[in-house]
Order: sequence, then C-alpha cells, then structure tokens
Amino acid sequence: MSESDRPGKFGDYGGQYVPEVLMPAVEELVDAYERYVLDNEDGFVDDFRSRIREFGGRPTPLSHADNLSERYGFDVYLKREDLLHGGAHKLNNALGQVLLAKYMGKERIVAETGAGQHGTATAMACAYLDMPCEIYMGRTDVNRQRPNVFRMRLHDAEVNPVDVGSGTLKEAINETMRDWATNVEDTHYVIGSVVGPHPFPAMVRDFQSVISEEVREQSRERLGELPEAVIACAGGGSNTMGAFSAFVGSAALAGAPEGTQDAAPDVDLLAVEAGGSSLGVDADEGYAPNSASLSTGTEGVLHGARTKLLQTGDGQIVESHSVSAGLDYAGVGPELAHLVDEGRVEPVNVDDDAALEAFHRLSREEGIIPALESSHAVAYLEQYDGDGPVVVNLSGRGDKDLDTVVEESTARDIDGAPTMEVFEE
Amino acid sequence: MSRSDLADAFTDDSALISYVAAGDPSADATREYVEALVEGGSDVIELGLPFSEPVAEGTTIQNAIKRALDAGMTPDAYLDLVRSLDVDVPVVCMTYYNLIYQYGTESGPEEFVEAAADAGISGFVVPDLPVDESGPLYEACREHGLDLVFIVAPTTTEERLDRMLDRTTGFVYVQGRLGTTGARDEMSDDTPAALDRLRDADVPKAVGFGISSGEQAREVVASGADGVIVGSAYVDLIAEGVENDDPTDAVAERLRDLAAELKAGATASVPEPERK
Repeated sequence: MSESDRPGKFGDYGGQYVPEVLMPAVEELVDAYERYVLDNEDGFVDDFRSRIREFGGRPTPLSHADNLSERYGFDVYLKREDLLHGGAHKLNNALGQVLLAKYMGKERIVAETGAGQHGTATAMACAYLDMPCEIYMGRTDVNRQRPNVFRMRLHDAEVNPVDVGSGTLKEAINETMRDWATNVEDTHYVIGSVVGPHPFPAMVRDFQSVISEEVREQSRERLGELPEAVIACAGGGSNTMGAFSAFVGSAALAGAPEGTQDAAPDVDLLAVEAGGSSLGVDADEGYAPNSASLSTGTEGVLHGARTKLLQTGDGQIVESHSVSAGLDYAGVGPELAHLVDEGRVEPVNVDDDAALEAFHRLSREEGIIPALESSHAVAYLEQYDGDGPVVVNLSGRGDKDLDTVVEESTARDIDGAPTMEVFEE
Repeated sequence: MSRSDLADAFTDDSALISYVAAGDPSADATREYVEALVEGGSDVIELGLPFSEPVAEGTTIQNAIKRALDAGMTPDAYLDLVRSLDVDVPVVCMTYYNLIYQYGTESGPEEFVEAAADAGISGFVVPDLPVDESGPLYEACREHGLDLVFIVAPTTTEERLDRMLDRTTGFVYVQGRLGTTGARDEMSDDTPAALDRLRDADVPKAVGFGISSGEQAREVVASGADGVIVGSAYVDLIAEGVENDDPTDAVAERLRDLAAELKAGATASVPEPERK
C-alpha cells in the first residue's frame, strides 16, 4: 500500500505525524476504532447511542427561530446542541471516546481544552464512567473561562494550566501530547476536535455525526425537505463536521437511521471561521489576528496531521486570535481542509465585532444565549444571500462567555449590548 | 549498504552525540558551543533547527527553542550557521517535519534536503515523522546521500521495528524511556531491554533521552549501546549561562568539560553485561 493510500488520508491531508513513542498507541486506537466504532463490536455503538440519549439528552431539538426568520425573510432553524447535557456538542465526542477507552481497558484519560467546553465534557463523561481525568488548559484560557475550570474541578478532574507561549489551545495540545507520550501505556488522550493523527479526525467526526443525522431526520419531519444550507462555526471543526458529515456522506457511525448517510449535494455547507480583527497574517510578528485557517491558511503538518495552518513562510506556527477561546486555534481538521479544496464546503468568516453583535441579537430576540463560537455562525446570517430554509448549528450555550462578553462589548461599544452601569454603585 | 559519515563516526570506543538548539541564545554562541562540544570529544553534532511546536521535547529544550526563535533563528540562518561551522565531525539536523516540508517554493522535503546537503548536513532526525509517513523524506535523503535516523521507542512493536530498520541509515536512535527529552539522574530500566531487541541490527545504536552524566553514559554503553545522545544536560548549562549573563566562552568551557566527562564515561572499559 502506498503511503497516500493508507487509511486516515483525506486527499493529501490527514495522516499520522506523531512521535514514534505514540505510534503503537495510535495503531491500537485505529484497531479499536475499526472494531468498536465502525463494526459495532460488543455492541459499542448501541451502548454509545443509548448513553448519549440517557445521559446526554439526545436528540436535541431543531428549533424554528421566529424572530430571526422574520428579520432575514427566510426560515432559520437552530440545531440546539446548546441543550445537550453540559451545554455544548462536545459531550458527543467526549462520551464516545471515554467509553471507547473503557472498552479498550485504558485506566486514565488526558485531554486538552481551549474554551473549557471540551474539558468540561470530558470531565463529565469521566465522572459518569468512573475514569480518572487530567485536563491541560492554557493559562490565558484558564483566566478567560473560569466557570468552566470550576466545572471541571466539580467533576473531580485535575486541571493543569499551561504557561508556555500565548497560553491557549495550541500550547495545551502540545502539553497533553507530552503527557500522553509519558503515560502512553495506560492512558487515552481524548482529542477535542476533528484534528490530530488518524483515527481522531474520522472518529471524532463519527461521534459528532449524530448532529447531522438528526438534522436530516428533523428537517424531513419539520420542513418536508432538506435545508438549503447548513451553517456551522469552525475552529478545529468538530461541530462543523458533526453538522456536515451526513450531507457529504462521510458519516460512518453504525445504526444511523435509513437515508441519513447518503450525500446530499444540494445542501450548501458553510463553515464560518473567526475573522478576528483582520484576515491579515503578520508573519514577521508570528501572529494572525484571526483563526481563519480554512480561508487563509496554507498546507502544513501540525499536531499529528497534514492540514491547513496559520504559519509563516518558513513553517513556524503563528499565534491565532479570536474573541472566542473555542475558535482560537491555528489549525483545522484535515477532512474539512479537503472538503474545502473539493469545493464541497465553503469557508466564510465573520469578525469579532459581528460575533459579539450576534451574541446579543440571539439573546435579545430569541431568548437564547449562544456560545461565542456559535455566535459566529449566527452572525453569518447577516451576510447570507439565499432564500432558506437554513439550519444554524448552535454548538453550545454562552454562559461560560459572559465575563468576556461584558468586557469586550463595553470596550468595543457593541451595538445592542446591555450595560450594567446603572446597577453599579 | 556502504557505511555513511554518520555510521563511520561510531568508532570502536563508543560515540558521543551532542545536541544543542541552533540559535540558543544566538547563532554566534551556538558556533562556539558546537566547537567546544567537538573539542570535548563529541563524535556527532545533532543541531536542532527550532520549531515553534516541539511536542517531543521536555521543558529544557522547549525553552531553548523559544530562546532561539526569539533571537531570530530561521531555516536559512540555520543553514548559514552549519556552513560556518569549523568542525570535522558529521552534523545531523534534528527538527520537526513542517519546517522541512515548507522550505523553498514547493511543498515537500526535496528542497530542504538539497539545501541541507549543500550546507554540509549528514542526516536528519525528525521526531514527529514516524516511519509510516517518511517515504518522501527518505527518498529525498537517498537522492542526496543523507542519512535518515529513526527513533525506536520503548513502546515500538517488533513489526514497526522491522519497518524502521529497513529505512534507517547512519544510526538508530534508541529512546531510553517513555515521555519527552530531559536530563534525568538514573538510567531507565527500559534501556537494556531496548538495546537487547536491537542486538542483531546491522547499524550503530545510540541511546538518548535522559542521559546527563559520565556515569550514565558508562552504564548505557555497558548495556550494549554503540553511543550516547546528550542534549538537555548541555542545554541546562546554556540556560544557566543565559540566566546569569555569563560570557559565551565561559559557557563553552563548561560544555567542553561535560562533553569530555560524557565521552570518558562512554569509552570507559566496562565488562560485558551478563546475557540473559
């Protein structure tokens, strides 16, 4: 088999670029993925589906957004992953992987987290499934996502702040890989997005594919047809691939309802990236004021996979930026990069201010406080030029972001933001 | 297979392979440090080309890489530094795959390998490039007569080991313990077992990860290694020098002394270990 034909490649992207010490664990995981996830050995997928219903609260609703629909003149539906247990889509993957680690006989879980949603979901799944859990989180993110840090600790997870670099997700991933390399024999690394070496991008997509499976079923019931477009925010890309997979025919989780795994080429798939404050990359400074690797990145190798990256011409990874900690990452899942090259997924972006405005708009007009990540997807509706109906994947709820939103909205004088001034002494 | 420069550096009395990060804390200092390490008895220099995401490194080398990047080290400056070295031992480039892949105008390893060969590099160690993904770099190295050194980990399976030995030239880098790079006080129990597995391999075997003293070097060679690889112990001395603002030649002197101690340890006459 030539190297480009090996499993885990999406066109030229993907692969397994990790230190040798981890390769046997990665190969063991490929084997477990193929047996349990793809072939449902020992009823693994049935167990997962049952638990994500019972513990997770699936299916999540597909809600018609009455006021947004009126505002834009077409039907807007929200896929309510914010209503999943824990408040974000992250539980689908975390529960799947911790359960898989159990089936594999692993004794310890490590994970990294950016916004804290993945860390929280992993800690929650570990508490539920009785697994010891250690989470790495950049110091900057610890400071801007304190409620999630406390939630992780409530679930008895150990949280390790990472002080290197800018103290965000990229550094947390590096540190978790180091822990994994030291404790690889009994430890499973629950990667939080569709990134990393094969099988992670495919496996995380499969666990998240329940989102698009349900969107298809619910669209048929509610609309009698598939939507015109599905819109999802993209950082690493796990909620994006979860929302898109059943429309590109790549969902592979066993037991999906009939008709939810065939490609649906007429449905537009829009990946909304964090445009930050600007799309330019200051390579000299090693800094990109955005996290738009699908729109502006170039091909390279990072954290186990070949994909699109924010990097200098020399190949040094640059610091990314987004007002949303969950999107603040210099890379993106290899399958998404491939789907963009193929023209199947369209990468678009909105800036920090637009995301903040959308955060307030949805809170004010629909009674839903969205995660800042999801606010990017909601914000894109302002630019969307179709006739609908569209589904926006509301990947999580925004309680964790309130401190950031108060601070940033005040500093930027965001349109429609409430002020707390009159209540302050 | 004809023996390469790298394989030839493994003399009868066991080789010392010394790592420093290029540009830590400046290119000029690195030049002096490398020369001191060779004077101290290093048979191979492993010169790190700093990458912003060094996932296989522990804190010591991570910090060194950061100092080097902050001081402006780039792949081109690295090649200039290699060209300017006045040493008569082989120099191996240790770096991460993205830098090799990105260099030049076309994606892929060919341009960097060609430039490295022109600059006088003898081979590569690429910790995030397992044998499975190494085809393009392996081909480019063969074309330009460079060695590609693979790392054998304590976790490496027999099947993987066979594939690695098919492609590895120069020497085999035996990772002495789980985890990342970093100086430790004792040799890991994993090391003798790792060497035992490689006893029949027709390529020199060098052990790295955690070696910091002449005594450890002696133990590792006594366990059957043909050489030892030392990095973090030197980088600790460099970091200390940076912290105290010591003159470069004073740091170089300490590096020379440590290399001499390690080389003496590696070549100390030791009884053959008891075979199981």
